[in-house]
Amino acid sequence: MSAGTQTALPRRGAFRAARPRAGFAAALLHRLSGVALALFLPMHFIALGTALQGADRLESFLGLTHNGFVRTAEWGLVSALALHMVLGLRVLALEWFVTRERTALVVSVCVAAGLAVGLLFLLGAA
Amino acid sequence: MNAPIPAAALTDPTVEPAPDAMLTVRIRRGDGFQAFTVARRSAQTILDVVTEIQREQDPTLAYRFACRVGMCGSCAMMVNGRPRWTCRTRVAAVAEEDGLTLEPLRNLPVVKDLAVDMEPFFEKWTAAHGAFEPGDAPPEDFAVVAPDSPERRAVDAGIECINCGVCYAACDVVAWNPDYLGPAALNRAWTLVNDVRDQGQAARLKAVSGDAGCQSCHTHMSCTEHCPKALAPTFAIAGLKRATARSALKRFGSRHFRRSA
Amino acid sequence: MSPLLYVAQRGTAVILAVAVAVHLGTILYAVRGGLTAGEILGRTQGNLAFLVFYGVFVVAAAIHAPIGLRSILREWTSWRGRSLDGAMLGVAALLLVLGLRAALAVYVA
Repeated sequence: MSAGTQTALPRRGAFRAARPRAGFAAALLHRLSGVALALFLPMHFIALGTALQGADRLESFLGLTHNGFVRTAEWGLVSALALHMVLGLRVLALEWFVTRERTALVVSVCVAAGLAVGLLFLLGAA
Repeated sequence: MNAPIPAAALTDPTVEPAPDAMLTVRIRRGDGFQAFTVARRSAQTILDVVTEIQREQDPTLAYRFACRVGMCGSCAMMVNGRPRWTCRTRVAAVAEEDGLTLEPLRNLPVVKDLAVDMEPFFEKWTAAHGAFEPGDAPPEDFAVVAPDSPERRAVDAGIECINCGVCYAACDVVAWNPDYLGPAALNRAWTLVNDVRDQGQAARLKAVSGDAGCQSCHTHMSCTEHCPKALAPTFAIAGLKRATARSALKRFGSRHFRRSA
Repeated sequence: MSPLLYVAQRGTAVILAVAVAVHLGTILYAVRGGLTAGEILGRTQGNLAFLVFYGVFVVAAAIHAPIGLRSILREWTSWRGRSLDGAMLGVAALLLVLGLRAALAVYVA
């Protein structure tokens, strides 16, 4: 015997069962920005390496980057670099200096700092 | 300690519900969910709700509890997607507009309905050397441990764990890496690392290191935010990271930079 | 992650925190009014301080990144074991070679 009615599953993210919190968001952003940087680094190095064949080669390469898509990607990478750094400093503070934090506040400040650097980059490059 | 108070807990649980208020409770049973309706009562806990359903509506519903007062650590389950001890969680504090969704604890095999198999949880407790190691020749006399010594304080900070498994269910690293020892076992190991009488420290530090160990913690803070006893396993694990790093550096140094070790 | 890998990753993180701060400052300064090869090379050519700074930066990044990638791959894919560790050593070597080549390129160019 069984009371109650069969119902459908409530909506729940496939990615994780527990609801996301600020600390999870911080780790996810840290991780994704890190992957983006790791993928970008070899290309960055190869681009600078063209200077071995003379300043002209580097200049003509830089010429390729004067379009909207590359500009957007550059902005994303500068933001990712800043974000990865501040989120990393947060982890070091938690691990080594046992900083008791208000996670949501600290993570918000970290994200804001990353975006602020991205904004400065946009303002400067404009 | 520092576990933040969830905003929902701020709603006064002593407020009397309306006389005919009802609550919709969706309970995961196997692959599907089953919905029940129970009356709202004053000071009602999640465990009260589950017990009422099992006694009045469906005696086949399986769940686990023992003490009902937050000591035994057997009644934890997922409540609206978050792991909680159900005996001390009031319905008024966590019910959402459409009621309650109850599921078995995450990251553990389900036995039936809301009851999970805690075996892997306790196996990891053992794997992390979670038992006191007196050594081959324990001292005859009592050890003197000053209550305000840093070591004793570090033990105090983590010793109240009741093994409820809430942190283990909250941990994303356990979900991604099933070998990971998890917050509870590592927290226990940290209390023993700080036990000055313990003689098994080298083996313990080795046991809590590696891809299944403390270094895999990414400081998501989920364990610390969800611990019903307001412990902070994140910081216990950070302590293990520092202790294992120090001991590894020492070993590395004596192996490579000293002629006689 | 073994304790020594942990020390390596967090240790390089401290170096990188300083290096990235300097690098970001340089970027924000350098991009004002557009980026030209002449400007970049004008700063770096024959500048030993730049070479040493970017040399350290590259070495730290080449250690730091593969350790992080290893954790991500272990947790989000089913790739484990020796082949993964070997691949990550390869990534470290690739970053090291390409990075030092780039630092040298803008120094001697």
